[in-house]
Amino acid sequence: MTGYIARRLLMMIPTLLGVAILTFFMLRVVPGDVVQVKLMADGGMVSPEAIEAERVRLGLDHSLTVQFLDWMRGIFTLDFGNSMWTGRPVAAEIASRFLVTFQAALMATIIAVFIAVPLGTVSALYRGTVLDYVVRVITIGGLALPSFWIGMLVLLCLLRYAHWLPPISYISPTEDPWGNFTQMIWPSMVVGYRFSAVLARLIRSSLLDVLNEDYIRTARAKGVPARTVIWLHALKNALLPAVTVVGLEFAFLIGGLVVTEQVFNLNGVGKLFIQAVEHHDFTMIQGLVMMFAVIYVLANLIVDLIYAAIDPRIRYR
Amino acid sequence: MNGPAPELLRVEDLSVEFGGRLRAVDGVGFTVKAGETLAVVGESGSGKSVTALSLMRLLPEGVGRYASGRVSFDGKDLLDLSPGEMEKLRGQDIAMIFQEPMTSLNPILTIGFQIMEPLRIHLGLTGAQARARAVELLGLVGISDAERRLDQYPHQFSGGMRQRVMIAIGLACDPKLIIADEPTTALDVTIQAQILELMKDLSRRLDIALILITHNLGIVARYADRVAVMYAARIVESGTAEAVFARPRHPYTMGLLRSVPRLDRARQTRLATIEGLPPDLANAPSGCRFAPRCPFAIASCAEPPHLSETDTGGLSACHRWEEIAAGTIREVPAEPAPARLLAADGPKEIMRLEKLSKTFEVGRGIGRKPGIVRAVEQVSLSVGEGETLGLVGESGCGKSTLGRLILGLEEPTSGTIAFEGKDITAAPPAERRRLRRDIQVIFQDPFSSLNPRMTVGSIVEEPLKVYGLRKGARARGERVRELLDQVGLRADMAERYPHQLSGGQRQRVGIARALAMEPRFIVCDEAVSALDVSIQGQIINLLERLQAELGLTFLFIAHDLAVVRHISTRVAVMYLGRVMEIADRDAIYAEPLHPYTKVLLDAAPVPDPEIEKTRAPRIVNGDLPSPLSPPPGCVFHTRCPIATEECRGIIPEPREIRPGHFAACIKVEAQP
Repeated sequence: MTGYIARRLLMMIPTLLGVAILTFFMLRVVPGDVVQVKLMADGGMVSPEAIEAERVRLGLDHSLTVQFLDWMRGIFTLDFGNSMWTGRPVAAEIASRFLVTFQAALMATIIAVFIAVPLGTVSALYRGTVLDYVVRVITIGGLALPSFWIGMLVLLCLLRYAHWLPPISYISPTEDPWGNFTQMIWPSMVVGYRFSAVLARLIRSSLLDVLNEDYIRTARAKGVPARTVIWLHALKNALLPAVTVVGLEFAFLIGGLVVTEQVFNLNGVGKLFIQAVEHHDFTMIQGLVMMFAVIYVLANLIVDLIYAAIDPRIRYR
Repeated sequence: MNGPAPELLRVEDLSVEFGGRLRAVDGVGFTVKAGETLAVVGESGSGKSVTALSLMRLLPEGVGRYASGRVSFDGKDLLDLSPGEMEKLRGQDIAMIFQEPMTSLNPILTIGFQIMEPLRIHLGLTGAQARARAVELLGLVGISDAERRLDQYPHQFSGGMRQRVMIAIGLACDPKLIIADEPTTALDVTIQAQILELMKDLSRRLDIALILITHNLGIVARYADRVAVMYAARIVESGTAEAVFARPRHPYTMGLLRSVPRLDRARQTRLATIEGLPPDLANAPSGCRFAPRCPFAIASCAEPPHLSETDTGGLSACHRWEEIAAGTIREVPAEPAPARLLAADGPKEIMRLEKLSKTFEVGRGIGRKPGIVRAVEQVSLSVGEGETLGLVGESGCGKSTLGRLILGLEEPTSGTIAFEGKDITAAPPAERRRLRRDIQVIFQDPFSSLNPRMTVGSIVEEPLKVYGLRKGARARGERVRELLDQVGLRADMAERYPHQLSGGQRQRVGIARALAMEPRFIVCDEAVSALDVSIQGQIINLLERLQAELGLTFLFIAHDLAVVRHISTRVAVMYLGRVMEIADRDAIYAEPLHPYTKVLLDAAPVPDPEIEKTRAPRIVNGDLPSPLSPPPGCVFHTRCPIATEECRGIIPEPREIRPGHFAACIKVEAQP
């Protein structure tokens, strides 16, 4: 098992290298660069000499190969360079915002699982009844309503009835746990609702499939009480495909909370990403994409390991 | 048994409806005495499985409804019990064993847990007590090393072993009745014999009554005390096994018995068949449901017949059973078999395999050594023009891979395939394309081998287009009609989609598609295995007719030894990738030389209780070895009844023991 994990981690290297090459060169295809955005954003006249000087300062005057090798050299020493916009180290910029996003994604995932498992189970067991339709309305709502819209609705309600506005800056959970919780719970719930809708639909269909399996009939033929059949024999099997979705969706949330962060005024990774793209901040974009790639690969690995823990048919060597 | 056994189960007038109108079980009644074995036989859709499930009250919720009936078991009416009371009864007094051992056990729970579960629930045993009993049960069903195996999961067991586990679960609480629904249909014939012997033995020793649901008349003959024959949701005949087989009093039973190919008889005639199809239950005929297919049907058959007691002591639902008993009406004798177009001095060789091998790599992964499966190993054989070479063997013996090699769907690892003297494995692409036309295939599964989104007409037409065999839509349409006619389908079938056809009709479409290429050699890969007995006979007769008309050569791959005996001119027996024995059909069945062939023939039951009573089948022990690690020396030595130390060291080559009769066994003496 450790050998397997080690091999999988080693396999990350070529994957990440591919991501690095693709991101680097695809960014360079986009017209315009950070210097133009920085110096000419307000339409002011800047002398070509000043632009050229700034380009030299940022190293943009070198050939692409040199720039790339320079960046790669940094990566191997875990130095992702400095932001072309702020000049601060990319790693530090990401690190200061990562926790916010990570916490929101984690809370959203937990909320989603806690909503989706009972909802999915109930709608499978009472398929075709009123209960199933109620669940269907709830889940289709989650899929159809954009989460930023729900987010704004939630914010407006909070403001109107509780006179609460999201704080300007991130409250650290170690300093003020309650303050942190009240700040994070609303965006997490909004995101978690949409997430749970996807998951509940999946669990419903997966459980329906499992309930038709021969081994469920066997369990009933053994005289196992109906409730035990569902909890012990069916649900564990039915949740297997959900594990994959939870893992991938969690990884997606790390980079995909952009709009929700905007609505709830969270200074997270998504917001940083948007800014970096707006500014043509190449080094920052590259650093962020690398981080997303690492998270995806790790999430996949964790999903595979959870699979192996639940399903004895899967053994990694 | 001492004295008459008490009645354990009485089913009266049981009817089950699906979706409000469709009666899947219609007025079924029978009794089972303690310790006796009742076989319920019928073709697919006859309602036998629904009957079994409804006794257990295991019909899918909200789908099946009990329209009428009483099921008295041990003094209780099962249909009146509350769901909770029924749960107590299931697994404790009545146990059930299902058809699919591969999917009937929960993949993520240990075998031990699954065996101990009913013990905990019904008998309230604690962990240690339950475990001790589970060890005992595994021993009872012949699984060694029980202590260790309890902690394993289902995927670590073979199909036969899983079915033993299912039996152990069934036996756990000492039930009075076990219902076994096609318990061995998914298993190989040697494993089938093991499982059924085990069940019969346990039912005798522990005095458990058995309801055996099956479509296999041989199994009925070997194991049943009494038989009930179902047709279109009703019981049409019942009685003791001896009476029903020797003196059937219903035309359906008679037809069924006549249309089964026989392992124990040399063929002289074409197979008798029951023409037509079973009725659609949603609008079944109001009178006798068999009347539309019955050779004896008369005007009064429009009246529903009742089960009445016959001269044999059984029951028959035929208005004319007395005439059948008196012998005043009898079936038309089957037509003689069509003459084969074989040259007098033996057929000309059309296909020759020379030391053909195919290996597959499995379990390749990052930094992992793959395993090697030797699917086909050093196979040499030849097929003469116009003959049918039967290829038999258990699952995993490589017979299908051999077929795929001949079809060019797989590349051989080594060896040659010569078609009309030309090595097709070395042929240039254009040549191979032409050869592909000459060599066609008919697959087993008529349900999945036809594209569901194409009409029958376009399925048959496709090869004509691809190979440009007919120019223009008109000419192609003409040819499609001709082909459909050739396989016995009406021309208007061309407009239909595969799901609108029955299994037999789909298989006819598959045959028409193969014929469209005007082939000379057809690989029939389990071409009739998925079909019901009466339909199977129709397809076999069709294949034989086509062979005679078109001078086709068949490689007939099958696991059913009786079917192979009927259709083949020569037979090859494979085991773990190697040919064990090859000879003329009658020679191999009458005087098999190789111990594996003998075991196979013994394991397959014959549909005749009189014969089965006198046979003491040799049951081969153990499972098929994994093809990943075949035994050294002779691959069969681990299960061979006559193997000695010598067999572990020598890989036997096929030797000509008698003229034209080859066997790969060092123990077989050369005979004149």
